Amino acid sequence: MITKEAVAVAPAPERPAPRAPRPVKRRRAWDEAPRWQIYLPLSVYLLFTLIPFYWILLFALRPAGSTSLAPWPMTFDHFEKVWTERAFGTYFQNSVLIGVATLVLTTVVALAGGYALARFDFRIKRVFMLALLCSQFVPGALLLVPLFQVFAELRMINSLGSVILAETVFQLPLSMILISGFIRNVPYSLEEAAWVDGCTRLASFRIVVLPLLRPGLIAVGSFAFVHAWNHFLFALMFLSDQSKQTIPVGLNTLMSADSVDLGALAAGGIVAAVPVVIVFAFIQKWLITGFSAGAVKG
Amino acid sequence: MAQAAAVAEPPAPPRRRRASATPRRLPYLLIAPAALLMLGFIAYPVVSVFYYSLQNYNPTKPWRNGYAGLDNFVHAFTDDPQFWDTLTFSAKWVVVEVGLQLLCGLALALIVNQTFVGRGLGRALVFSPWAVSGVLTSAIWVLLYNSQTGITRYLADLGIGEYGTSWLSDTSTVFPAAVVADLWRGVPFFAILILADLQSVSKDLYEAAEVDGASRLKQFWHITLPHLKDAIVLSTLLRAVWEFNNVDLLYTLTGGGPAGETTTLPLYIANTSVDAHNFGYASALTTVAFVILLFCSVVYLRLSKFGGENK
Repeated sequence: MITKEAVAVAPAPERPAPRAPRPVKRRRAWDEAPRWQIYLPLSVYLLFTLIPFYWILLFALRPAGSTSLAPWPMTFDHFEKVWTERAFGTYFQNSVLIGVATLVLTTVVALAGGYALARFDFRIKRVFMLALLCSQFVPGALLLVPLFQVFAELRMINSLGSVILAETVFQLPLSMILISGFIRNVPYSLEEAAWVDGCTRLASFRIVVLPLLRPGLIAVGSFAFVHAWNHFLFALMFLSDQSKQTIPVGLNTLMSADSVDLGALAAGGIVAAVPVVIVFAFIQKWLITGFSAGAVKG
Repeated sequence: MAQAAAVAEPPAPPRRRRASATPRRLPYLLIAPAALLMLGFIAYPVVSVFYYSLQNYNPTKPWRNGYAGLDNFVHAFTDDPQFWDTLTFSAKWVVVEVGLQLLCGLALALIVNQTFVGRGLGRALVFSPWAVSGVLTSAIWVLLYNSQTGITRYLADLGIGEYGTSWLSDTSTVFPAAVVADLWRGVPFFAILILADLQSVSKDLYEAAEVDGASRLKQFWHITLPHLKDAIVLSTLLRAVWEFNNVDLLYTLTGGGPAGETTTLPLYIANTSVDAHNFGYASALTTVAFVILLFCSVVYLRLSKFGGENK
């Protein structure tokens, strides 16, 4: 038998070399799972994931009253109805505005703060970090009333600005922690080299650091957008005009009606999902790298 | 030289200030916007919640407003069965959700970390509900659960269950029904985080274990799981806090019903402050929730020895 000690010495990088080259199929023990052990649980889980998506598509596309399990004959009446009659067109605009503004504001503010946390030692740094972590435990939902009072004081109730600010504030702590992690992964010597070449701090940041942060910033920015797009309570509380409402609030209105118009609800749900799906199709591959670069490892 | 040190140890902030003259107040300028926003919109509201928790404050009953001492807290702990009910339900909800999400997420991450045909598509599809909002999740599951044209109708067609079953309005089925709906969108969170961390396990370790004749189960137990520990501890904690605080899904899916069966503590607090306008009492409940959350988090981090041996 091989002893533990032998193993500790054994992981020599050359082990594969002396073997005769063989099909690349079986490399690591970890990869040797029989195929059915992958495909069977994966298909079961995919069914669980995809049936609800199919369900909403089905309801959105088949005529009202139909009980067929295929969206045929197909109709777009529900979309038309939801977009105009139920004002989802307006909601959509508001949601996009809130999402984009939150994205920009969160990223810019968190980038500045994250840079300070990553590159400087300053007196209140520990306190500030502690505050960031603690704020993770502050439930936004429980602060609704005091937040409402603050915005009332600022005369911002019923303006999209209140929702943008509230979303940004609750996104900030985590975004800043993540971004400071990303910046720490960029060697400081790169920046120093740029200074030697005559760059100012800002210029070296823009030219050297920023491009390397791209995956991380895309991850953080898209979180901010998706959160703001999806979040419901702030908009419900702070915006009373129907013309200021957002998509999640519109969906809730559809759901809480006395007799729910299922077709309209499904179509509204799809309208709510489309931007998010596009964002995620776009950022998928950055997401994992962004996470492994900074999120979990800190 | 200084440069070599910086390369060897990138995370350490520079000890000496550079000749390229960074004003001493630059870091403060940089954190100022974030700090101001957080002071105004998190710290101030939190302080005002603490303040109001010691007050009788109800805008609809101004004649009773005033200092209340600890009355609100005494009332909650001794005289409010709803407080205990909702607190118990919150605990149950968080434990069940986080536990199931972690198990499914871990299993999924291990599966899609393998090499197989269609992995990219598989990952994309498996992760897809992650970005779906609580409200949209509710909308989808309202469609699935509705008694007339929902999934139960087609199950009944197959001879399973009865026509007209509505899982969301029956007190005996509403809990599992809500759990499944939240599970649907919650699992990808764990799957993504764990998958990200799986990618950093050194392949040498598995090769060494293979030489040693360790089974795949043993490899998982002795290599993968210890490696994932910190990520698991952190993600379960974040998720637990999030599940505790988040009201979107239950608010829109069940409205806390039927018969208050699915009312969490935050939902109860929201009702108390928004509908009943009893803001003083709601503030006291918020304070209690906050303390419980903080206490549980600290205990959890201690018990799990987060950061562990090597830090």
